[in-house]
Amino acid sequence: MKIFELTRADDPRQAIAAAAKANTAQQGADIRFIAGGTNLVDYMKLNVETPRQLVDVNHLPFDKIEALPDGGLSIGAVVRNSDLAYHPIVRKNYAVLSEALLSGASPQLRNMATTAGNLLQRTRCMYFRDTAMPCNKREPGSGCAAITGVNRGLAILGTSEHCIASNPSDMNVALAALEATIHISGPKGERSVTIGDFHLLPGNTPNRETVLEPGDLITHVTLPPPSPGNRSLYLKLRDRASFEFALASAAVVITADGGKITRARVALGGVGTKPWRSMEAEGELTGQSATQAVFQKAAEAALRDAKPQSQNGFKVELAKRCLVHALKLVTQTA
Amino acid sequence: MAGLLTTAGPAITTLAQRSEKAEQELSAATKDAIPVTLHVNGQKHNLRIDPRTTLLDCLREHLHLTGSKKGCDHGQCGACTVHVNGRRMNSCLCLAAMYQGDEITTIEGVGQPGNLHPIQEAFVAHDAYQCGYCTCGQIMSAVALLSEPVGPEDAEVKEFMSGNICRCGAYQNIVEAIQSVRQSTNRQKAG
Repeated sequence: MKIFELTRADDPRQAIAAAAKANTAQQGADIRFIAGGTNLVDYMKLNVETPRQLVDVNHLPFDKIEALPDGGLSIGAVVRNSDLAYHPIVRKNYAVLSEALLSGASPQLRNMATTAGNLLQRTRCMYFRDTAMPCNKREPGSGCAAITGVNRGLAILGTSEHCIASNPSDMNVALAALEATIHISGPKGERSVTIGDFHLLPGNTPNRETVLEPGDLITHVTLPPPSPGNRSLYLKLRDRASFEFALASAAVVITADGGKITRARVALGGVGTKPWRSMEAEGELTGQSATQAVFQKAAEAALRDAKPQSQNGFKVELAKRCLVHALKLVTQTA
Repeated sequence: MAGLLTTAGPAITTLAQRSEKAEQELSAATKDAIPVTLHVNGQKHNLRIDPRTTLLDCLREHLHLTGSKKGCDHGQCGACTVHVNGRRMNSCLCLAAMYQGDEITTIEGVGQPGNLHPIQEAFVAHDAYQCGYCTCGQIMSAVALLSEPVGPEDAEVKEFMSGNICRCGAYQNIVEAIQSVRQSTNRQKAG
């Protein structure tokens, strides 16, 4: 691990001023915020991340989960994943989020990992993790070793010729289906970005993973009020039963009335370069009866643009079946 | 003999050189060291450590609390599990200097020979280990699990213990040990 200066922010303005001096935004930056450290310290040990300064943001006043007057929920940036998963409002109104969080990592890691950290969680692509290998995300212009290499676990949606790294987060998939908003405080003031606009497709610049600019600090995430009568669910498929990243996952939020789907929100995990909201699938579901044939059409629509690599062709069918099964389960209980 | 030395590939570091190198490394470490106060098992420790020092390395190398083990050093095996303010965490991914003011508990603080925690007694009674390397981490997770929202079934216990890997495969007896403590605690509550 490269040496760094460890600093602590007691006020958001201090944190923003410190990080505004960085050359790039958070991920891969020379000045990095640190909260749980589960992802960052791991990557610092591998010399994938080599910040010269860390700003400990654990003491900032962003550790609350609060009900909003409109019926929605505000989740602080440093709320721990386990606290969020077990919060009574989350369990009651946003079951998909609780299930996604509890399907991720291990209890120890969930006690450390935070909301904002999870939003910025970096890929598990083995070439990104290995500094001896080319990787356009880690070292722009060096090439992508995954396209011709071991790519079984990598993305089939949203890829480019420069990067096929999958977003590893479960929480982000649930947040995409819940249409969360990310609230950011930065050198130019405050702004909010929808989860769909927060993460960037790799395109020509896979090193840029989010819209964050140097100095930008995530303060909290808000969820809109739950759609009345909705049922939600997170289904995760992986190589082993626990403590493993998704090969394919589905977050579904469905409102049905007399067997007819009146509102559908669908996001997929494990298959996209970013948390993959599928408005195509939602379009196939809305106004239709909750039947296997309709679910199948939605799944076909969600995966229509899939571009499998040499080893992950199975993900196309796996993701379809994952979504169909999730829709079946969530409408059975509705 | 001279011939042998010159053809033996890269020069072997002499002990004199080695000690000089170690001195240089030590002074580099001292240069970057920062003062840190940690509370471990009810005791306060004032230390000077390199900011890169993980909580795990700090416990083992500076405080000589070697119960917490280094397995993968990347948060994947759970051998380093400790409690921070009563919650279990992977100490290998914690930078020690960030945990000042927190109450850290290691296996040494959970129980000692003659005064074992019920989970430790149950691990002995149920033969819940083979080589023992992962055991301290398993016990730290199991103790924390007792106050987490875990359902009564074995499957729930397995899910909540999935952050602790056992290379010997003692899983079945680990689950039995944990369940025996949970069941006797429940019986006491019911009684």
